[in-house]
Amino acid sequence: MSAPADAIPQTEAPQYLRWAIVAAITLGLLYVAFYLYLIAQPLFAVVILAVGVIFALIFGRNKYYNLRFVFPSVAAILLFVALPIGYTIWIGFTNYSSFNLLTFERAKSVLMSRRSVDKSTEQPFAVADLGDGTYQIWLPEAGLLSEPVSLTEALEEAALEKAGEPASLLTAKDAIKLRAGLQTLTLLTPDGIAIQNSGLRTFASLIPDYRELEDGQLERIADGVILTPDHEQGFYFADNGEKIPPGWYVNIGWKNFDRIFNNSGIREPMIGIFVWTVVFAAASVAFTFAVGLLLGVMLQWEHLRGKAIYRILLILPYAVPSFISILVFRGLFNQNFGEINLILEALFGVRPEWFTNANLARTMILIVNTWLGYPYMMLLAMGFLQGVPQDHKKAAALEGASATRVFFKITLPQILPPFMPLLISSFAFNFNNMVLVLLLTRGLPDIVGTTVPAGQTDILASFTYRIAFGFSSTEFGLAGAITLLIFVLVSVISYVNFVAMRRGTEKRVGR
Amino acid sequence: MIVERPRDLRVKKVLAHGFLILFLAFITFPFLMVVSISFREGNFTIGDIWPRNPTLEHWYLAFGLDYTRADGTVVEPPFPVMLWMWNSIKLGLFAGAGVLVISTVSAYAFSRIKFRGRTALLDGLFIIQMFPTTLALIALYAIFDSLGEVSPFLGIDSHMSVIMVYWSGVVLHIWTLKGYFDGIDTALDKAAAIDGATPWQTFRLVFLPLAVPMMAVIFVLVFIGAINDYPVASVLLRSEDNLTLAVGSRLYLNEFKYLWGDFAAAAILSGVPITFVFLIAQKYLVSGLGEGAVKG
Repeated sequence: MSAPADAIPQTEAPQYLRWAIVAAITLGLLYVAFYLYLIAQPLFAVVILAVGVIFALIFGRNKYYNLRFVFPSVAAILLFVALPIGYTIWIGFTNYSSFNLLTFERAKSVLMSRRSVDKSTEQPFAVADLGDGTYQIWLPEAGLLSEPVSLTEALEEAALEKAGEPASLLTAKDAIKLRAGLQTLTLLTPDGIAIQNSGLRTFASLIPDYRELEDGQLERIADGVILTPDHEQGFYFADNGEKIPPGWYVNIGWKNFDRIFNNSGIREPMIGIFVWTVVFAAASVAFTFAVGLLLGVMLQWEHLRGKAIYRILLILPYAVPSFISILVFRGLFNQNFGEINLILEALFGVRPEWFTNANLARTMILIVNTWLGYPYMMLLAMGFLQGVPQDHKKAAALEGASATRVFFKITLPQILPPFMPLLISSFAFNFNNMVLVLLLTRGLPDIVGTTVPAGQTDILASFTYRIAFGFSSTEFGLAGAITLLIFVLVSVISYVNFVAMRRGTEKRVGR
Repeated sequence: MIVERPRDLRVKKVLAHGFLILFLAFITFPFLMVVSISFREGNFTIGDIWPRNPTLEHWYLAFGLDYTRADGTVVEPPFPVMLWMWNSIKLGLFAGAGVLVISTVSAYAFSRIKFRGRTALLDGLFIIQMFPTTLALIALYAIFDSLGEVSPFLGIDSHMSVIMVYWSGVVLHIWTLKGYFDGIDTALDKAAAIDGATPWQTFRLVFLPLAVPMMAVIFVLVFIGAINDYPVASVLLRSEDNLTLAVGSRLYLNEFKYLWGDFAAAAILSGVPITFVFLIAQKYLVSGLGEGAVKG
């Protein structure tokens, strides 16, 4: 496009409207960037700033007209795929966890905002209801009454004055119901002392616990102990070596990787999980492909009647949302009152322990995944089988080849090459198929003697998920490091897939 | 194959039907069981395949209604299933619409508009997208945790955050649509250009109408993908009222509170509409599948 866009008669939105929209979006992005910077997230701030500037450039200048079309997709992918991937890798080099959850600035401000109750000023209070949605606080010991306050959750300040006891005091029980509003309320006594809600029934003045010294250290006012920030570990330490939470996250170099490779409580389960992940993905592809192909061939048979009905019924497992089917299987396989065990007991007198025996749990996962995945392969196989020329098969049959022989010598070699990239992407999909694992077994039964939660049916992705978002531990840093290792594996698979796909398309074009 | 004796053929037919029927019995077993369980009394009862005292209790609860048992006790619904379903549908619709906007525009550009680094950009996007979003959940959590400080609308436990993540899964659809646009005769855009249309007008007035059938397929794929998603929604959504069906349903089969019967009714109620959408769409989906879409 050599001609600028505005040389062409405008039938679209008027210029000024376009400018207004571009300016509004740019300002919005700049505001978000600035705010992120304020709350000490410089990385995200820079990324949003960059998106804002690029947006303004591309949509503001007609020179970049052509790029406007790709901006939304590129921005979405950079923000919500590329940035998270990069950030995950970075987290792998930090000690980000439930203990080291905040930024340094945040951790410091948490400590600085800690207050202790000054016991000498503590006194009971009562609340008077004025009836119009406002209240007054009555301090009987000092004989002080506050201005009317609304007791919402927003911060509020009110002055106290000498007064007599008001009428319509609420009972203690009703006053407690207003707790949320009371906690954000600050009262000023006539002497200018600020007092706050310090307990269920009391108000008192609160004094800060810590004071900042000039060199970044903090002093605990109560006992004069000095806290020194340790940026290697992400904690404040007292003189006596006491660790003061909350911690903040810091870069710890290769320590997470060191733990993965040298701590046997992590390394050994991880090797087992890796092997199982590969076996699981490969077996899932093999089983679904075999079953799907068999059914595809049968449904393609010219003498079979009722194909349409068979097809619809066979597709059902694919059509039902997978999270529902997986949970249904979770119930059906239940050891004590699952229907599968009821039937097995009635027929054979056995009650397999599907969820506590490692091998049975793995068998169960593969059964369920084959059930879930074969229709997809069947649909693909039916498509590809249609592409195999009939005369090849007829020629072979005339030569006296059996049907199985025709299938393995003529049909299969013809459909396998176009099938290959789809099989690889199915492998890659199952390699990270954590929905299945999380919903069916949660990785259980657990491997004994590990330092992080690890299960016999965990695949790498679900293992990482449990380390990061598990009930017992939230070690984002360690999970990030493992994710980086998974990324490396995924890259290899993706590359193979990319090559296979390129080859597939070249062949299709060449034919 | 072509010349077969009638008797052999008959035997083969019987075998084929026999195998398929047996196979279907296995495949449909879970569905039949769930229907039976949803009418069974109580949540633990070891029942018969055919419920002895059929009750509508679980169905009342699934629809969010109180149920009064014969002995007068009132059972309240354990979870807001209808609300979860609405959340899922909402997320699916917004995700589908957003992905359509983003992917059609980009696919048109990658197919028709010349700019430097076009192939490299498309390849780059493809490679990035091969890393599943589900592996970067920790970072997504951290990002939305920070954005939530700017505005709760963008933060954790807001539907917007989940929708934005779904919007980023567009590359596959760009690829499919680009292939479709590539197949359209270039004479069309030349004619449009001669009439003085800008690239945007060519896109909106010529290409977009042509792509409607393909867009329907992509919309359904994204919709179903969003409804089926567990990892992203489970990390980004927190409060019970905000959950989607996929995340919420899991609460039924908790080790400590096992509501098998209630789950069965809720599962049928929520699964049937989605299954229906899929079955209607599947005729069109199959052609798109060959392009590499993978569903679990």
